Amino acid sequence: MNSIAIIGASLAGLRAAETFRREGFDATIHLVGDEPHAPYDRPPLSKQILAGDWEIEKAWLAKPEKYDELALETHYGVAATGLDVGGLAVSLDSGTTLAVDGIVIATGARCRTIGEPLAGVFTLRTLDDAIGIRAAFDAAPDRVVVVGAGFIGAEVAATARELGLDVTMVEMATAPFERSMGAEMGAVLADIHREHDVDLRLGVGVSGFTGDDAVTGVDLTDGTHIAADVVIVGVGVIPNTEWLTESGLDITNGVLCDDTTLVAPGVVAAGDVARWHNRHFDETMRVEHWDNAITMGTHAAKRLLHGESAGAYTPTPWFWSDQYDRKIQLAGRTTGFDRFELVNGDVESRTFAGIYGRGGRIVAVLGFNRPRHVMRYRALIDSGASFDDALAADI
Amino acid sequence: MGFKVVVDFDLCESNAICMQIAPEVFEVRDDDFLYILNETPDEGMREKVEESAQRCPKQAIKLEDLSSEDE
Repeated sequence: MNSIAIIGASLAGLRAAETFRREGFDATIHLVGDEPHAPYDRPPLSKQILAGDWEIEKAWLAKPEKYDELALETHYGVAATGLDVGGLAVSLDSGTTLAVDGIVIATGARCRTIGEPLAGVFTLRTLDDAIGIRAAFDAAPDRVVVVGAGFIGAEVAATARELGLDVTMVEMATAPFERSMGAEMGAVLADIHREHDVDLRLGVGVSGFTGDDAVTGVDLTDGTHIAADVVIVGVGVIPNTEWLTESGLDITNGVLCDDTTLVAPGVVAAGDVARWHNRHFDETMRVEHWDNAITMGTHAAKRLLHGESAGAYTPTPWFWSDQYDRKIQLAGRTTGFDRFELVNGDVESRTFAGIYGRGGRIVAVLGFNRPRHVMRYRALIDSGASFDDALAADI
Repeated sequence: MGFKVVVDFDLCESNAICMQIAPEVFEVRDDDFLYILNETPDEGMREKVEESAQRCPKQAIKLEDLSSEDE
């Protein structure tokens, strides 16, 4: 193998590049990204960067000298427009075509939007998004409306409250994070937001925005109108697979990989854009979490270099979310869970751990300010322990 | 040449990822603080500690190479 192209100058892409070098690959590595920036870390965007606590430089994933060390051919501000799977060639919007021996697809995802673009209405995915929202917050808005109470919405709401802004958060489900932690635990998170004076509207959707030149408010599906001068829309993401439309690859909800992250001979995928069958959970998944970008980027690089000996990719997905003074962590998959038990602490103190079971197995653990417990139970999830054994475990 | 594990405790938020990857070196205790059990682990632990550094959400872990004089 003489050359590799990593499409996506992202966390997954950078970790793949580092892995290639660590594993001894010493030929050409192209790193292509459609943003003008070198890879940066996204979790601080909704927290430290938005709060103004961090300079932007602190979010860079690697210092400039690291890129010299890795000897990458970087193509920033350049988008991939097509992939010739059989010929292992990537066409770029700069007019160039990269013909290589191996390809990593790590093009991530972009935010879903609501309606037409309107001043004052933001999504949050990129560094430039965060800078724009920060400027809007600095202009002392009367009310911020957050649409969606998932990661982006809940963290932006928390940060905005800590900045002293008035916040309304609107969520179609019956609780924040309902999809990942279930309605019962999501209700605890809802209470935490209410305790911090977020005006939380659950079980209602957004029908549109008002305002001609700039947003003046949000119309809800129950007929309510909320006046707002800043709106943050956090209603999920769409995998960036348009450039693969003509490739012949399966791009239904992300690019489909086999169990080992291989998409096609010489092509692997990693991160938010990749969908694969995780054997450990017997579930085909696409995981949008930070830790998965790292571990999948690393695994995909090894798969490309070493072939099937790299093995199946079978991680226990894990995420954290910092909201106010709570560190929320969830490891595993709650899909279709049939049992839930608190195993430490209590809900009233907002400091607890609980485990989820499915078909007799422990499949997930949730912690509010309980990182140690989350990691210990995560090890039991990794090992395929039964729910009852996990309940009885001395942790 | 050995290495030393250095944690920036101003950055560390006890996510405990490191404890899962390298429990021989890192431990988050009941007080929710991270303790380094062994600041100068054997060379055989390097890969696990490097993975811990990479997967630390706060990027609070660094490996410093020790010169032979330090050992």
